[in-house]
Amino acid sequence: MSDSSMWVSISGIIRRDLLLAMRRWSDAAMSVFFLVIVVSLFPLGVGPEPAVLRTIAPGVLWVAALLTCLLSLARVFTPDYLDGVLEQMVLVPQPLSLLVLGKVLAHWVISGLPVVLLSPLLGLQFGLEGEALGVLVLSLLLGTPTLSMIGAIGAALVLGVRGSGLLVALLVLPLYVPVLIFGAGAVTSSMAGIGGEANLSLLGACLVLSLFLAPWATAAALRIALE
Amino acid sequence: MIWSKYSAPQAFYPLAGRLIPWFATVAVILMVVGLYMGFFVAPTDFQQGESYRIIFVHVPAAWMSMFLYVVMAVWAGVGMGLNARLSFMMAQAIAPTGAMFTFLALLTGAMWGKPTWGAWWVWDARLTSELILLFQYAGVMLLRTSIDDLRRADRSSAVFALVGVVNVPIIYYSVQWWNTLHQGASVSMATGSKMAATMLMAMLIMTIAFWMYSIAVILARVRCVMVERESLSTWDEKAAAMPQAVEAR
Repeated sequence: MSDSSMWVSISGIIRRDLLLAMRRWSDAAMSVFFLVIVVSLFPLGVGPEPAVLRTIAPGVLWVAALLTCLLSLARVFTPDYLDGVLEQMVLVPQPLSLLVLGKVLAHWVISGLPVVLLSPLLGLQFGLEGEALGVLVLSLLLGTPTLSMIGAIGAALVLGVRGSGLLVALLVLPLYVPVLIFGAGAVTSSMAGIGGEANLSLLGACLVLSLFLAPWATAAALRIALE
Repeated sequence: MIWSKYSAPQAFYPLAGRLIPWFATVAVILMVVGLYMGFFVAPTDFQQGESYRIIFVHVPAAWMSMFLYVVMAVWAGVGMGLNARLSFMMAQAIAPTGAMFTFLALLTGAMWGKPTWGAWWVWDARLTSELILLFQYAGVMLLRTSIDDLRRADRSSAVFALVGVVNVPIIYYSVQWWNTLHQGASVSMATGSKMAATMLMAMLIMTIAFWMYSIAVILARVRCVMVERESLSTWDEKAAAMPQAVEAR
């Protein structure tokens, strides 16, 4: 298969999923509001002490981003599974892992990109400033695609299984831990003045590794689910 | 002797039954010897005093927890590649034992941490990654039980087990990659051991004992899995009637 037809099939899937998401924009809006509400709960629960809030900010924002991604995972494959489109995707001559890559990228644009764009605002609420705010955005920009990639594996594994909502959390959250540690660690170390470069590089490595392996594992899981 | 015939559950069931007592006996003997050497023969540590002696359970348990995960993933991979029923049954039988050793490693680690670090638990890289391993074992088992279709349950949990293998090198190298509270490895292939000879010997004996215990328990469990899955079909009764299948117990 030539490069151009590869790109056509990926971009076709992305355009289709984005169009569907725009037609049902309330789904995407829900995850954004969920993020804002979860993040706002922490100052109410912990208390408005600025020093404390600044310390917990990287962890809280990252955990909230992780939960937002988790809650939107059911939307990646379930609608297509229910109306039979997914079965057609398995049958078409284009490799399934490529189509999966397209679907995951679309999922990131719908549920990950809003988190990245909103994060400076939420960071300001917690008293983050200057460089730390920039590192927060950069870490989420590198980390949220990895979350979508890993999440897609879990979403494909539990497709059509009873209790899939809880099960996908149990499967995916342990695998999210390295991303959480490096992401929150980048912001914390830049606040401590030692720079977040090391953790950002590790996040980049996670992203490259997941881009390489996750679509393949997801495609295998989808084939098993559709047997 | 053609070994490949044992890839059929019908042939493997009686073989496993005959092997279990041997592995179990060796495990018990080695465990008694290893614990005696660990608790009474090995010298007291000059830094940590007597509290270090839990190492004879802690380190072998931690090794087994990682090793069994890799073995489980290998069986899962073989099952996916060759579409072999027995491989999936082995993967299913290994998971609970692996989870037990992971829990044992965390528990003994906590009991060791309290006197030496002053805390039951610290959030350092090795403890956290070992905890994630426990969650992964739980994920593999829960995913299997949530799916009613046996074929899909096998293959889905195999994919998850294979994805989780990424964590094993992270646990193993975590004490080198991050600056952790957990002490570095006392035994390594490259530099040899930094321990007294009796300490090392007791630890290795305990490791082999745990290994033999795992084999005995996994074989017993895989027999249960076979009976459960094949609903005691005719081959089981036929195999039991054969003279060489009479069990030594």
